Amino acid sequence: MKHDPLLGRGLTHRRDFLRLMGLGGLGLAAAACGVGGQGGQENVTGSEVEEFWAGRSETGELSWASWVGYIEDDRATLENFTEATGIRVEYKEVINETSEWFGKINEPLRAGQSIGFDLMVMTNGIQLEQCRQLGYLAPLDHSRLPNFAAHVGEPFKDPAFDPGNTFTVPYMSGITGIAYNTKYVKEPITSWSDLLNPKYKGKIGMMGDSQELGSAGLFLIGVDPEKSTPADWEKAAAKLREQRPLVRKYYYQDYIEAVTKGDVWVTMAWSGDAYSLAGPEVEFVIPEEGGTIWTDNLCIPRTAENPVSALKMIDYLCDPAVNAPLTEFITYITPVPGTKDVLRRKADAATGEAKEELEEFLSSPLVYPGEADLAKLRRYRTLDQAEKEQYQKIFTPIVQGS
Amino acid sequence: MRSRLTPYLMVLPGGLWLLAFFAVPLVLMVSFSLMTGNIIEGFEQVFRWQNYTEGLELYGDKFVRSLWYGLLATTACLLLAYPAAAWIAFRAGSRKSVYLLLLLLPFFVSFILRTVSWKFVLADNGIVLGTLKGWGVLPDGFHVLGTTFAVIAGLTYNFLPFMVLPIYVALERLDPRVVEAAQDLYASRTQTFLRVVLPLSLPGVFAGVVMTFVPVSADYVNADVLGGPDNVMIGNVIWTEYFVNNDYPTASALSFTMMAILLAGIFLYARALGTEDVLEAAKR
Repeated sequence: MKHDPLLGRGLTHRRDFLRLMGLGGLGLAAAACGVGGQGGQENVTGSEVEEFWAGRSETGELSWASWVGYIEDDRATLENFTEATGIRVEYKEVINETSEWFGKINEPLRAGQSIGFDLMVMTNGIQLEQCRQLGYLAPLDHSRLPNFAAHVGEPFKDPAFDPGNTFTVPYMSGITGIAYNTKYVKEPITSWSDLLNPKYKGKIGMMGDSQELGSAGLFLIGVDPEKSTPADWEKAAAKLREQRPLVRKYYYQDYIEAVTKGDVWVTMAWSGDAYSLAGPEVEFVIPEEGGTIWTDNLCIPRTAENPVSALKMIDYLCDPAVNAPLTEFITYITPVPGTKDVLRRKADAATGEAKEELEEFLSSPLVYPGEADLAKLRRYRTLDQAEKEQYQKIFTPIVQGS
Repeated sequence: MRSRLTPYLMVLPGGLWLLAFFAVPLVLMVSFSLMTGNIIEGFEQVFRWQNYTEGLELYGDKFVRSLWYGLLATTACLLLAYPAAAWIAFRAGSRKSVYLLLLLLPFFVSFILRTVSWKFVLADNGIVLGTLKGWGVLPDGFHVLGTTFAVIAGLTYNFLPFMVLPIYVALERLDPRVVEAAQDLYASRTQTFLRVVLPLSLPGVFAGVVMTFVPVSADYVNADVLGGPDNVMIGNVIWTEYFVNNDYPTASALSFTMMAILLAGIFLYARALGTEDVLEAAKR
């Protein structure tokens, strides 16, 4: 490479260098003041809701950010929606993990910019709580959600993580329990303590998400996660550290493939994954100590360009006739109990194998849990900011090994 | 007038690009690394240098592990790449470009996808290990996924072309007359290689090692996809601090610590290898 005398003369002068540094300094000055917080915006009054929706009209467009496996493969529900309303839907499976998703949308939402989506699916938990407090979500106009009021079951309304459904409407709920491969595990798995069995050393999968992992640890020490205290967290963490040498991997998303192939034999799992994505030899259990029930929620970012379309979609999905085929595909717990009647009628009309499958589906406690199953289910602990930091400081190092 | 401005105008696009997308974010990151606070209440600039010391204290072993993995994978890359590059440069004749294309072919597939596909190949009871276990060659409990070996192998595979290409370039423009001269002077094959070919290819090796070691030590995908609980690298920690815990100050401090370590490492490495010689050689 030949040394270029022009360049050499041009920029290596100290003066020029300092000038460049000066420009950088401007950035430093801007950053030196810190970055303001926007917390405390979760309480919304009726007039604020009206103010948000005033003057917004239907645009004929809708962009929806979701998870893999959360709509039929042929997108039938979306096509029907377009036919019914004339709204064109762009549906993208861009969410793999709630924390990663929050990392992507945080900056634009903080700056009040569009994230390119009008509707998104977020699990109740730390990130949804942050979105609520930071004012990232549009308050829902319930006068335009008649189907929600009429068809969503009472247990799914007014959840602790979003009182009065101010910002969210449930899409699907699932249970975190244990999945195991019967090809390798001959005795039935019944309890979280089976995940401590040295017999399965190197064949145990745990979840890497601190809320999931922490809840499992709390079940292991016999504490209801929702009512746990920081002292319980420490005890649960100690138990999980004890378990660590047995663990093959702390999974985020790909555990179901691992348990199907036999890379792990016993793993923490989400009910719907185990029902629809796993091979036939994979069994799912709600452990006797209990399992967590979580809810994926539909919500509208405050900066949405087509919020009216999003609101229409939310209400459309609460219609049992619309929700039934969707539930049949997704195989999680739907918040719309009326779907059971719709599918019941379908099962009665069906014959042969299709009928059998539907019957099995309707009687599955993973899709329509009975009272006894529901009694075993617990919620995540709702964490305020200080608690969240403490909780993560206790459970994250277990995954990272420090 | 015109001639005085020309060099400035020439560096203007590149300079602005660097300023906007490298210098400014870097300054912001330095600033972030000294703040304290959380995402709800905001972050405040308090020049908290403990972010650095605490980060090192908490994750020191992850830094060491990342550098160790970097060293292992870079060495593996070098051992694999040199003969391949030499073969393409000296023996491939008119088909050089075909072999180079073949080498780059995997790069037309997404990095993540390539790594994930390894999981299928190396599954405990998959096509390779399952078959070998069936033949009784391997014990039932044997596995590759979730081990250090899997991570190093993945890193080596993913970054191999970064090593081959610079070495190939250095060897390719080696004047064949120099080699002939060595042979005319009765140098053996080994002597020719050690005293003529190798020294002349060192600039390529230097570039290859830097281009491989830096991204390998900072990688987090291989450890995440192919590794287990004890293969967490510093990249994974930074990812978690940033995306999961939203602890931007700690994530920034860790990033800068890693950057400082890598810069110091490259500096020492350049010194050890004799940058002067390398640059001299590069000029030819």
